[in-house]
Amino acid sequence: MSAAALEARGLLKQFGALMATDNVSFALARGARHALIGPNGAGKTTLINLLTGVVPPTEGQVLLEGKDVTALPASARVRLGLSRTFQINQLFPHLTPAESLGLAVSERMNSGADFWRVAGTRAGIVAEIEDLLVRFGLDADLETPTRMLPYGKQRLLEIALALATRPRVLLLDEPAAGVPEEERRDILAALAALPADVAILLIEHDMDLVFSFATRISVLVAGRLLIEGEPEAIAKDERVRAVYLGEEAHG
Amino acid sequence: MTAEATAAIEAHLRRREKWRWPEIAFWVAVLIAIFLIPSRDALINEILIAGLFALSLDLILGLAGIVSLGQAAFFGIGAYAAAILASAGLNDPIFGLFVAAAIAAGLGFVTAPLLLRGSDLTRLMVTLGVALMLGELANRNAWLTGGADGLNFTVGKLLGLFPLGFTGQRNAALYSFVVLFILFAIARRLAQSPFGLALAAIRENRLRAGALGIATGRRIVAVYTVSAAYAGAAGALLAQTTQIASLDLFDFHRSADVMLMVIIGGAGWLYGGLVGAAAFIVLRDVISAATPEYWEFWIGALLVILVLTGRERIRDALARLWPRAATRSLRGGTA
Repeated sequence: MSAAALEARGLLKQFGALMATDNVSFALARGARHALIGPNGAGKTTLINLLTGVVPPTEGQVLLEGKDVTALPASARVRLGLSRTFQINQLFPHLTPAESLGLAVSERMNSGADFWRVAGTRAGIVAEIEDLLVRFGLDADLETPTRMLPYGKQRLLEIALALATRPRVLLLDEPAAGVPEEERRDILAALAALPADVAILLIEHDMDLVFSFATRISVLVAGRLLIEGEPEAIAKDERVRAVYLGEEAHG
Repeated sequence: MTAEATAAIEAHLRRREKWRWPEIAFWVAVLIAIFLIPSRDALINEILIAGLFALSLDLILGLAGIVSLGQAAFFGIGAYAAAILASAGLNDPIFGLFVAAAIAAGLGFVTAPLLLRGSDLTRLMVTLGVALMLGELANRNAWLTGGADGLNFTVGKLLGLFPLGFTGQRNAALYSFVVLFILFAIARRLAQSPFGLALAAIRENRLRAGALGIATGRRIVAVYTVSAAYAGAAGALLAQTTQIASLDLFDFHRSADVMLMVIIGGAGWLYGGLVGAAAFIVLRDVISAATPEYWEFWIGALLVILVLTGRERIRDALARLWPRAATRSLRGGTA
């Protein structure tokens, strides 16, 4: 079967008079390393919200591995393998990394509604929490409430949580946003180590990161897809330079 | 991966499982009070029932962050269910308690979907509205509820042995104590379970909870149903131990009082409801003995002080005085 990992067909979202997403169609190949770039206000986060089911589209469809998921709520799409991170941290401030990851893992193992047993009593779940904590360098902070973690670690937890759902498709919304220089390395390493079979759509402003990570790039401008292509082609494209890359152009 | 790391994670996740000595001391102290001050057994019974009622609100407010001003709907329906059963001759208290809790749970289950949309204000109004409607239904259906006269009835002996009511106030207090303890232990386990953790996630960040695959709506319906059952059980206990059911059970002030109790004691900490209920009722008893018309002034003052100073600050101050126990041990029930 050759269906794309994730496909948008004619997605359209109107907020009052504002056309936030204007007839966007694109496909994310299996195992893709695809970046979505565009100036501020281009509608990148709205597009992610449409794909993940946080807001319903005015028109259009979302297909996950060939299955139409347009009518499904966000949590059901996650169960089918579509996960995301958020541009602004969406964490559980008073829960610890171990608890937060445990939530995602239990949910995936159909244990999330267990009300008769104490959390932490299923060895399979604990082992997976441990694995994620170690992979993201959070094992020393497993008992630290999330709100007390340094920002860079919160950013790592943001990614770890998305990965804990074992996605087939992962949407990363500016994973390195606001991370201080000295903690940036850890984020880049975490991105590089993401499983190769997971299709990834990266939204990012940092062009170094985009060009080192992505093998395909789409450019979104004013809610429309301007162009999609290989990084070299995008870097050379005059229209892209004009609207987005400006004087910072790479290539 | 190391065995120590695995053990550390497991120990961390299970850190609240064991009953610690301040918790045990708390329950033993209540039991001793029932035997030691029999003249106060009616008051203790009232506190225990209010504590269970407050626990029911803490399940939704403290654990899941769902506000409600209509908890009296479930309290009232539980009380009337027990009263009507007893009036009809089915007067075994434990049977009545189960039926009352089940009926209240049913009402909770069907009204819970109303809470899934909108803001906290929406939820306050929806829950308030449901309680008002139910109170009015009870008023209009006097053939069933006795209308403004209420219902007077006799309940059977507990387990066929122990009379409740005015001749058996200690029995009544013990009955409420046992029911409260069992339901508290269940709530405590629930709060520590993956389900309870998911409720904490919904309270802390519903968007992210959904993004982890948690069906947030279903979890809220589930905990609201449990909460309604608890409130119904509290109502049934009150009806059975006083052998009266009257329309004021549905009153707005009951929903508001129980909210005050949870806020005074601290939401999200299962003992908060119990502590708040005890503080509220003891204060009312003490102050109203001195100045009958004035006691709400002091409750109001206490509320303002608590909300403005912030309970965390008060708890932190206590924790400094009494380092280990106050913060760690007593937080037995939080998720």
